[in-house]
Amino acid sequence: MAAHRFIGQPVKRVEDMPLLTGRGLFIADLPVANPRHAAILRAPYAHARIVSIDASRALNAPGVHGVITSEDVAKLTRPFAVGVRAPVKYYCMATDKARFVGEPVALVVADDRYLAEDALELIDVEYEPLPAVTDPTRAAAPDAPLLHEEVGTNIACRRKMTYGDPRRAFEEADVVVGAEFKFPKISSTPIETYGVVASYEPGSGVLTIWANFMGPFILHSLLARALNIAENRLRLIVPPDIGGSYGIKTSVFPYMALIGLAAMKIGTTVRWIEDRREHLLAASSGTDRAAYRELAARKDGTILAMRARWLDNVGGYIRSPEPGCSFRPIGNWVGPYRLQHLEIDAGVVMSNKCPTGPNRGYGCGHLYFEIERLVDMLAEKLGIDPAELRRRNLIQPNEFPYRTPTGGLYDSGDYPAALERALKIADYGELRREQAKAREQGRFFGVGVALAVDPSVSNMGYISVALDPEVRGRPGYLPKSGATEAVSVRVDPLGKINVILGSTPQGQGHRTIIAQVVAEEFGVSLDDVTVTDEMDTFTRLWSVSSGSYSSRFATVGASAAAVAARKLKAKLVKQAAYLMEMPEEALEFADGQVRPRAGGEPALTLKDLAGRVHWNASALPESMEPGLEATAVFGFPEAKSPDATDRVNSSNTYGFIAEVMAVEVDPDTAAVKILRYVSVHDAGTIINPLIAEGQILGGALHGLGGALYEELAYDEDGQQLCASFMDYLVPTASDAPQLQIEHLISPSPFTPLGSKGLGEASSMTAPAVVANAVSDALKPLEIEITELPITPSKLWQMIEQARSRKS
Amino acid sequence: MSLRRKIRLEVNGETREGWAEPRKLLVDFLREELGLTGTHVGCEHGICGACTILINGEAVRSCLMLAVQADGAELITVEGLAAGGKLHPLQEAFREHHALQCGFCTPGMLLTAYDLLRVNPSPNEEEIREALSAVLCRCTGYLTIIKAVRSAARRLPADTGK
Repeated sequence: MAAHRFIGQPVKRVEDMPLLTGRGLFIADLPVANPRHAAILRAPYAHARIVSIDASRALNAPGVHGVITSEDVAKLTRPFAVGVRAPVKYYCMATDKARFVGEPVALVVADDRYLAEDALELIDVEYEPLPAVTDPTRAAAPDAPLLHEEVGTNIACRRKMTYGDPRRAFEEADVVVGAEFKFPKISSTPIETYGVVASYEPGSGVLTIWANFMGPFILHSLLARALNIAENRLRLIVPPDIGGSYGIKTSVFPYMALIGLAAMKIGTTVRWIEDRREHLLAASSGTDRAAYRELAARKDGTILAMRARWLDNVGGYIRSPEPGCSFRPIGNWVGPYRLQHLEIDAGVVMSNKCPTGPNRGYGCGHLYFEIERLVDMLAEKLGIDPAELRRRNLIQPNEFPYRTPTGGLYDSGDYPAALERALKIADYGELRREQAKAREQGRFFGVGVALAVDPSVSNMGYISVALDPEVRGRPGYLPKSGATEAVSVRVDPLGKINVILGSTPQGQGHRTIIAQVVAEEFGVSLDDVTVTDEMDTFTRLWSVSSGSYSSRFATVGASAAAVAARKLKAKLVKQAAYLMEMPEEALEFADGQVRPRAGGEPALTLKDLAGRVHWNASALPESMEPGLEATAVFGFPEAKSPDATDRVNSSNTYGFIAEVMAVEVDPDTAAVKILRYVSVHDAGTIINPLIAEGQILGGALHGLGGALYEELAYDEDGQQLCASFMDYLVPTASDAPQLQIEHLISPSPFTPLGSKGLGEASSMTAPAVVANAVSDALKPLEIEITELPITPSKLWQMIEQARSRKS
Repeated sequence: MSLRRKIRLEVNGETREGWAEPRKLLVDFLREELGLTGTHVGCEHGICGACTILINGEAVRSCLMLAVQADGAELITVEGLAAGGKLHPLQEAFREHHALQCGFCTPGMLLTAYDLLRVNPSPNEEEIREALSAVLCRCTGYLTIIKAVRSAARRLPADTGK
């Protein structure tokens, strides 16, 4: 491959200048004509029947323009479609019952936010409190308080799936290890909260909604249906800047419906910026999960089979794109290991907590925490070093592309090399020697290893495995699949390039990445390329899979840009050949000009060519399209819908992560100190190492936050205990450990640039590696971490109990 | 509803006037009345630090202060850091080290770092971490921000912090 000028270079971001000087344009900064402001009244109970709502006093309050109550919502909107067959009625506001603390029950629109909040206090709501349930196991019990009477159970979805012959594999195994696991409800809490502005034009019937919504745009269809408007009358616009999301801002959509409804009903432009309390109470999070998982293996450490059953707690309503929590990683359920036999019992349960959705690592943090902990337990049981046990089970480099038993198609990689590299950088042997010394001194020093296959670009079809194959096989069932992104490239009359994206970046530097890709393709400077994102469903080419989630952009977005640029170059060569009176085959586009392949003159620069085509369109023959524009829609042929045996390639590219961590646990305070943290990634071609490293660093701290500090905790009555940043502890600058990052590059054969995603990256391995390291440190006390977060108080209790057991 | 009061203050070296109810938060006043939307609101309870600005030379959370309390004060916001079309060394260093991703916490980070370097022109890593722990960032994992502040400290004349 020829050397690249821009791809692979740590190019500084074009996004930075406005953000550094206070000129960013976030949702709360958007200039909007005559906005009124909304405030939302929220349920104080986890589970309560709404007996009556009287908003008459609020309507007469100063500055108030209107009120929306559950009656309006029930009358004017429809429930959102859900991804399961259970007839769950999820409206944008509570109608009959409130099912979690913080669920919207009324909305006031006033001249400003202060007045709107004043008026909320004048709304009288009579509730009939009902018993609540928050724990997933208890919620799944037959005698649990029932959230949705029409469903008849709190279980929203349950799938039992078998791959290979797990029963026989377990019978024939020399050894089985198993454990119960608990994963907490966590949110990566973007520092910018949700925000929505909506404006309705009755003449055209167009409802325009601006929101810091990150997609997927399949939710556009759900919104239009919920609001009873035609899809071509619903315009969604995403502002240029989104203040972080990490999956969380997928779930702003119910508020888009609510504010949209307010704009339509009250007949004014309505603006709502969520506050932090609202965000922590009622925005979104990942699921808390209760699981049992076990591995079957031979004496030599060969893992034969895996069994798992779990309950993912999706809160008060199963909200799209749930139950992705359970199924997003289906293609990589075996991780990097060669085992062939699996038995899965995936349960998704509703309880009186805030509804869930994607959160960085969507479903993979849970998965690898459980698998990687078990691999360590197996190593312990067999007396094999945990790194060696992993080595013996890895998929080998000559096996790619590798079809997993669950239908995933791992595109490329060298897992053993990545593991060895991580062990070498961490100086694994030396760490083990240090550990031996520390143990002699009675210190708790531990070393953890964790591996993960890092899936990117979700295939929209995966979610339909939530339905039984029998349902998917019925006549009239419409299969779902795909993962596309569209990019347009244009050349202006002076030969400068404009690129139009339909993505919704939240800090990932899409404009910079695409400037690099397009400048590389055309052989022009970065300054010659201007990139626009700002998704707008009326002007961008988009699909149901559009949006910036599942680490998809560096893969599918960058691919679309490269293909669009190549299409446009081919067009330019054709036009130039005509103008230069030379055969097309004799010409090429390189270094910003069309020139003879053989070298020498004549050459036509992009600027000259653009000028001639734009200003003298009739110089081209009628058979030739005169424009200087090309659009590519990039998709993956392997993104198919699930087959009748529940096999599905749930993502389109699969990277790899190998991590090693050393920790020391303070015997008195139980504080965990991270002494070394090494992270080796293989995400194929890296387009911008600066941005890639930033993603890994951020993802790792999200994972560590979830493993060590964070939990959206509830009490038994369903009251949320963390409605401020004083109670929901996120890592600060003092908590960030040094992280050594290295890349291996196994280009993806499925993308033109060889790139894969890595936006979620270490968020999915950090919980596993820290849990392994802490368990290893506490091996003298026979403590196994099976529950997160590992807070000092919990760990201290475990240490005390272990000590009293021992003595 | 109480009457609006006239507020006059100096922001980034310029005298500005506006009206605010006594209960209006300073950050809302800056954003809504003065159009200075560079200062961001992240939590409104003084923890996230996104709204940090300098008032009479000291870092203050503008979500924990009322506009009327700032009457007559001298303020520096993120819009005032670059001078004469030239970025402040902290801004340069943030760009250089990829110390921002979504950019939402960045104004608070910059002004907190500015305040640190004013008080302690050559902080060690511990001191930088301690100071920056007043601002939450969810994108970067902090390490690049810490690097950027160290590098800016080396670039700045030791005595001024400007």
